[in-house]
Amino acid sequence: MTTPVPLELTANGAAHTLAVDPRRSLADVLRRDLRLTGTTVGCETGACGSCTVLVDGEAVRSCLMLAVQADGTAVETVESLAEGAGPDAELGSLQRSFKEHFALQCGFCTPGFLMLTTALLRKEPDADRARITECAAANLCRCTGYEPIVDAVEAAARRGAVALEGA
Amino acid sequence: MNAIGASVPRLEDDRLLRGLGRFHDEIVRPGQLWLRVVRSPVAHARIRGIDTAAAAAHPGTVAVLTAADLAGMPPVPVRQPAPGIDFAPYLQSALADGHVRYVGDPVAAVLSEDPYLAEDAAELVALDLEELPVSLDARTGADLHPESLRGAGATVGTVDFAYGDVDAAFAAAAHTVTADLRVGRHSGTPLETRGLVAEWDARAHRMTVWGATKVPYVNRRITAQMLGLAEHQIHMLETDAGGSFGIRGEFYPEDLLVPLLALRTGRPVKWTEDRTEHLVAANHAREQEHRIELAFDAEHRLLGLRGEAWMDTGAYIRTHGAVVAVLTSAMMSGPYRIPACRSRVHIVTTNKTPVGTYRAPGRFQHNFVREHAMDLAADRLGVDPVELRRINLLHGGELPQQRPLHVFGAPMLLDGKDHLDHFDKSRELFGYEAWREEARQARTQGRLVGAGCAVILEKAGLGHDSAVVDIGATGAIRVAMGGANVGQGVETVMAQIVAEEFDVPTESVAVVLSDTDILADGSGTFASRTTVVGGTAVKLAAEQVLAKARRVAAVLLGTGPEQLVVHAGCLAVDGEPERRIAFGRVAAACYTPQFVRTGEEPGLIGRGTYAAGAMTYPYGAHYAQAEVDPGTGAVRLLRYAVSYEIGRAVNPALVHAQILGGTVQGIGGTLLEDFRYDERGLPLATTLDEYRWPRAGDLPDIRVEIFEDAPAPGNPLGVRGAGEGGTAGVGAAVANAVRDALGLTGTVGALPLHPDRVMALIRATDEEEEAI
Repeated sequence: MTTPVPLELTANGAAHTLAVDPRRSLADVLRRDLRLTGTTVGCETGACGSCTVLVDGEAVRSCLMLAVQADGTAVETVESLAEGAGPDAELGSLQRSFKEHFALQCGFCTPGFLMLTTALLRKEPDADRARITECAAANLCRCTGYEPIVDAVEAAARRGAVALEGA
Repeated sequence: MNAIGASVPRLEDDRLLRGLGRFHDEIVRPGQLWLRVVRSPVAHARIRGIDTAAAAAHPGTVAVLTAADLAGMPPVPVRQPAPGIDFAPYLQSALADGHVRYVGDPVAAVLSEDPYLAEDAAELVALDLEELPVSLDARTGADLHPESLRGAGATVGTVDFAYGDVDAAFAAAAHTVTADLRVGRHSGTPLETRGLVAEWDARAHRMTVWGATKVPYVNRRITAQMLGLAEHQIHMLETDAGGSFGIRGEFYPEDLLVPLLALRTGRPVKWTEDRTEHLVAANHAREQEHRIELAFDAEHRLLGLRGEAWMDTGAYIRTHGAVVAVLTSAMMSGPYRIPACRSRVHIVTTNKTPVGTYRAPGRFQHNFVREHAMDLAADRLGVDPVELRRINLLHGGELPQQRPLHVFGAPMLLDGKDHLDHFDKSRELFGYEAWREEARQARTQGRLVGAGCAVILEKAGLGHDSAVVDIGATGAIRVAMGGANVGQGVETVMAQIVAEEFDVPTESVAVVLSDTDILADGSGTFASRTTVVGGTAVKLAAEQVLAKARRVAAVLLGTGPEQLVVHAGCLAVDGEPERRIAFGRVAAACYTPQFVRTGEEPGLIGRGTYAAGAMTYPYGAHYAQAEVDPGTGAVRLLRYAVSYEIGRAVNPALVHAQILGGTVQGIGGTLLEDFRYDERGLPLATTLDEYRWPRAGDLPDIRVEIFEDAPAPGNPLGVRGAGEGGTAGVGAAVANAVRDALGLTGTVGALPLHPDRVMALIRATDEEEEAI
């Protein structure tokens, strides 16, 4: 056991002041301390990307980032994507597109793909299919065969409705 | 009423897209402890001692268990016995006793207040192991009697399926063809690793277990037997599950350790497998070595098939018993007209991770073996491979056909409509002749491009299942059934089947899966059976609700039950739509004295049980066009297509999704995924960087066409099951495409087709040409 280290960050716009064991991953602190359990952990070695979150707007594997490294940053997770607050908030544009295109099956990789491609479409709203496929190749899905995911992201890009600014 | 047959959006998606899925790790109980399993670091050894003192003294440690703490506990049993095979010497204990038999074999369990401290303490458990010789090959190791099996031989048993006089068929043959082929070791490897939470309620003397999938009712029975509890003392509750593919949800050693430790400590226990553990501890699959012989007459008609295979089942027999061997063997002849067939599979233990059933068990292997041998035969016979298949495929005039075999105790009735017509129709649809021509043209320009196809026979729908449908006084409709949601969309499909009966929106139906307190008995989710068997039970239960609702509504409306029609969640008098009553009001009436006095169960509750008399046999065809890089041996798929006869699709988009996703898993097992071991039996693929799934950029355009030409005659929905047909034929079609691309005179030898294997094939071909 080691001495806890102070940590300040915002998660989906809410400010948090914590003290965490320095060996703990950002994913673990998001899940266990902040109860943001939408972020899932599939491999703990950065291979699968299911734990992808945005740190100051950049897509990051939160299993590989120590929580203390996120000090002073703004973190965004899948819980931020719905439009509005509360349990009745409408699904966001990219989420709706995933549903329309049957782009998820077990749903374990889905938060990671949503955050990965949210970052892509904010930076490159005109990303074409080849670019979306290239980006999606960063993460692993074991169920869908990827094509529906690429379809969903492409359709959302064509609609041009992914929020440019995070929470 | 149009819920069945519509590609309605999935009920599961809303929660999963919001990050509100409830996977096993989202179950957090007050006072929860964490389990960490200590595993063998060597493949085969005598256990001289285990020192747990340092681990027990570590901060946070609550308990450390070894085999000595489990004295008298039986090993994990098989859920599916196989006649004539005694599995007893090969069953795995929850913690290894005396010997370890593979890297990953559980030897100790550490229970701690904190997951990090649990891992720290587990590293302090000192193992004194005396290494023993390892066996890593089923064929060469078949006759061994390793010390750790205490007198038993490495060969567990032989599964043998035969009909007709196969030796006479070969004696009379104009042509015979023989091929020796191997399939590598890969598996389902779902994205969510395994995990379980258990809590003992000392007040009620009951155990709650969260996270069982696949066969929760079987797992409840095994848990009860091993812990000495009654089944009704155990409550299995489902969670969302991050994929199964057949391997998640079997009863593993950890499925005993978690509830056992909850019982012994009186505190809730959670276990989450890490990825490296998963890749050595959860079931592997597929690894088999085959010899196949085909006999043809002078007109290229198949006279007989002889097959012999050695299945590397790993270190122990897991819960499926001999299922992989049975499905390899019994269905070897595929969709062909073969008068005589004998196929035997030897099940052999080695010092590797035990194997289980992974999506299309047995069929991925035998389709590769048979279909690759068919292409070899076509060359030897001087006939086009498509034509050779057309000559031998069962056609409409021969179906349905009884194969003179029983599979899992049920007659093997091929209930398809026309296998030849399916093949002709799908080739035409995909333009397969143009793919072949394109490949030929590319080869004239010096590129290594080829095309290959495979025809497959699938199976689905096994055993029985039960369901309860109830409508409350508010009109709320709920269905409870025995399946498990592992990503296929089973909640959506069950809701559609119920919505169809009551003419209500699909999303208005609540679905409860495998809650053993609500539904006393169920079977689970495996073998492409959930919609076929569970869906039929749901339909029967809904029909029972409707029958009672009609009787009661008829009294309330002053008419006869047969005068009533279902419309928009109401029963209405036919032709008089204003004389109607909503199902919720009928349900409320069912609780009034007038209707309770009938002695029937109060309310609107229907129960259905469906037992499949035999399996249904869906079928399909796979097509691949592939290019080989002559410099590296890398195989790139240029095109892929699958056609599949589903009988009837409850939700066509979800059937499509099953086939597409399954195909990509098949591509993984054919080109990328491989559990390799070094010469000491140490696993070389222990992360998802070394065990490589396909990624989005690795894949061609994949076309999927679902046919509904042949509703299954054996069940009222006419459905055939969708889970495995996408995976079953990939190894076969891709191997045939690569063989075509390289112009091989022999076979590809083995799967997976890694660049090193393909380079060896290229070199061998070059040497052959130089020799000429």
